[in-house]
Order: sequence, then structure tokens, then C-alpha cells
Amino acid sequence: MERVPILKIGQTLFVSIQIDLQDESVIRLQEDLADELAATGAHGVIIDITAVEIVDSFIGRMLTTIGSISRLFDAETVLVGMRPAVAITLTELGLSLSGVRTALNTEKGLEILNGKS
Amino acid sequence: MDVVGTNERMAAFLRDNHDKVVGRWTDLVAAGVRGRTSREEVRRELEDLYALIVRVLSRADEHAAGELTATLDELSRGRARDGFSPTETAVGVFSLKEAVYELVADSAELAPEFYSLSRMVDDLGLRTFEAYSAAREQIIADQSTAMLELSTPVVQLWDGVIAVPLVGTLDSARTQLVMEKLLDTLVTTGADHAVIDITGVPTVDTEVAQHLLKTVSAARLLGAECTISGIRPQVAQTIVSLGIEFGDIATKASLADALALALRQAGLKVVPL
Repeated sequence: MERVPILKIGQTLFVSIQIDLQDESVIRLQEDLADELAATGAHGVIIDITAVEIVDSFIGRMLTTIGSISRLFDAETVLVGMRPAVAITLTELGLSLSGVRTALNTEKGLEILNGKS
Repeated sequence: MDVVGTNERMAAFLRDNHDKVVGRWTDLVAAGVRGRTSREEVRRELEDLYALIVRVLSRADEHAAGELTATLDELSRGRARDGFSPTETAVGVFSLKEAVYELVADSAELAPEFYSLSRMVDDLGLRTFEAYSAAREQIIADQSTAMLELSTPVVQLWDGVIAVPLVGTLDSARTQLVMEKLLDTLVTTGADHAVIDITGVPTVDTEVAQHLLKTVSAARLLGAECTISGIRPQVAQTIVSLGIEFGDIATKASLADALALALRQAGLKVVPL
């Protein structure tokens, strides 16, 4: 199973998913992220999914779960770089990812976390 | 009856009377097309056809039949594109019979030859019609594709603000296209505000509303905010009486209002100079 690395930049945790997501990888990511949030006390999480081409309902739901977990640590989650095809798939699945903020790219995601917009 | 002999005699007859037949044929066809094509142009086309028909009849070579159908197809497609009616196109071929008949009418001994030519021309006429309708169908298919593309432009209103003016009825196929184009433009331009203008959408029923909501939530997943503008009084009444809820999606009466909202959200203000 491939693990997704979590990078800490200032008060933000940065997760860039570069692999085809498997269910186990996402569960592992959720656990790792919870550990990391508890350890660092970060205030924001950026999940970059530019390279993700396929999502299913499970992964969609896990992204919402990650958002809810982060909020328990008083951290906001921003999902950045979603591809149009992925957005259409999630909409057709009826998932609107409530509780997770979204941004077009990492830069805009950071702006949201820094309270600029 | 010796068919081969008949055809060859007809070919010889056509060769001998080349100028008379082609001249008369050209007259008949040119009268039908009434100035949309020049007489010289018609004559040139018919000369080609005539030469090929003679070659097929005389069985000079085996490629003649193929060339004849190819030339005929090309001619019919041209007629279809230039807006000629099916009758005008088919008559172009059938009038050869008339042109030849005028010459053989007096000589009874050429009747079998004329009959075999007549059958051949009938086949060619049907062929013309098939090629004509195939070309027409192609034109219709091309046009509907072009219309689908034309009907979904995505325009940039401001730096970071794009708009989709929708005109015409929204169905699933069009919504899909609009959604894909809108999302692609959001990604390529990096815009974070999109306005969907429905001034040109005649009616909004539950299905159309569903399509709009899907588009908005897909845009939100990308991180862009959507405003729906151009809601006319009639449409507003329908939406309310159908019980459609747009939730927290901002709706505005005009595109100008939507742009003003987008600018305000981007922290911009329009001031007089």
C-alpha cells in the first residue's frame, strides 16, 4: 500500500495526492492526518488532488470525513485542484463535500487559509 | 435480345450524336437550374457524365462504372450543398432520356437500345437521389453539432469572473456540454466566479433547475462560486410555484447585478472617474 506524505509548512499541513487512490491509502491518510494535526496543532490542511483522475463515492465520503476530523482540531480543510471530470463525477454521485472548502489551485487555497478571501 | 449488342449499338449512337444530345441535355438541365449555375458549368459536368455513360455502355473498360458512380455522387453532393431540390438534382440525370428520345422517336428500330439506356438512366437517377440525401443528412448532422457548440459560449466578464449566457431549452446533453465547458474554462482561466445567465432560457421546470443545480455544485467543488442571473418575472413565478429551492445559490435579476456581486465579493468597487 502506498502512503501519502504529509508536509508541514508553517501552520499548514500540505497533502499532495500523486497516486491512484485506493481505499486503504485514504484510510491511512486519514489516520496519519489526525496524528499529525494532534502533534503539530496546525490550523489548516490543504489537500491537492490535481493528479487524481478517478474518485468513487467512498473516497468522496472520506474527503468529507477528513474535513470533519480536521475541524475537531480547529483546522480548516481546503481541497484544491479538482479536475472538471472529477467534479462532474462527484456531482452525479450526489456528493457536495459539505464542510470542506474548495479552491482552484494551491495558491488560492493558501489565501483562503490565511483569511485573505 | 442480345443485350451486349444493344448496349454497344446505343453507345455508338450516343457517340455519333454527341453534340446534339449533349446540347439538348444541357438546355434541359440549364432550364431547370435557372441561373444558379452557368450554362458552361452545366455543359462541362454533363460532358463528363456523358463520356462516362458511353464508356460504360460500350464496355470499353471495367473502371468506367466505378468512375461514373463516383462522378455522379460528387455531382449530387455538390447540388445538395448548393441548395438544389431533390427533384432538380434527379431531373438533371433523367432529362438525358428526354434528350435521346427526341432523336430516336422516329426510328422504331432503335427502341430496344433506347429501352436499355432508359433503364440505366433510371438506376443512375436513383443513385443520384441516394447520394443527394446522404449529403443532406451529413449537412444536417454538421449543423446540429455546430449549433450545439455555438449555443454554449463561455465569456470572460472580468479578471476572475466568467459568464455563460444560455440561450434555448436546456436538456441533459446541453447541460453536460455547458458544465464541461464552464468547468474547463474555470480551470484554464483560474476564475473563481461564474455567472450563469438564463435570460434566453424560455422555461425553467424542475428538470432544468436540477441541471442548473448540478452545474453550480460541480463548479463549487472546483472552488468557484456561481450566480444565476437573468431570471424573468414569469420564470420566477414558475420556480416558486413548482417549489424549486435554489438553496444558498445567489440569484439575480440581471447579468449586471450578478457582475456587481462578483466584483464586490472579489473586494472590488466601481467608482465614477
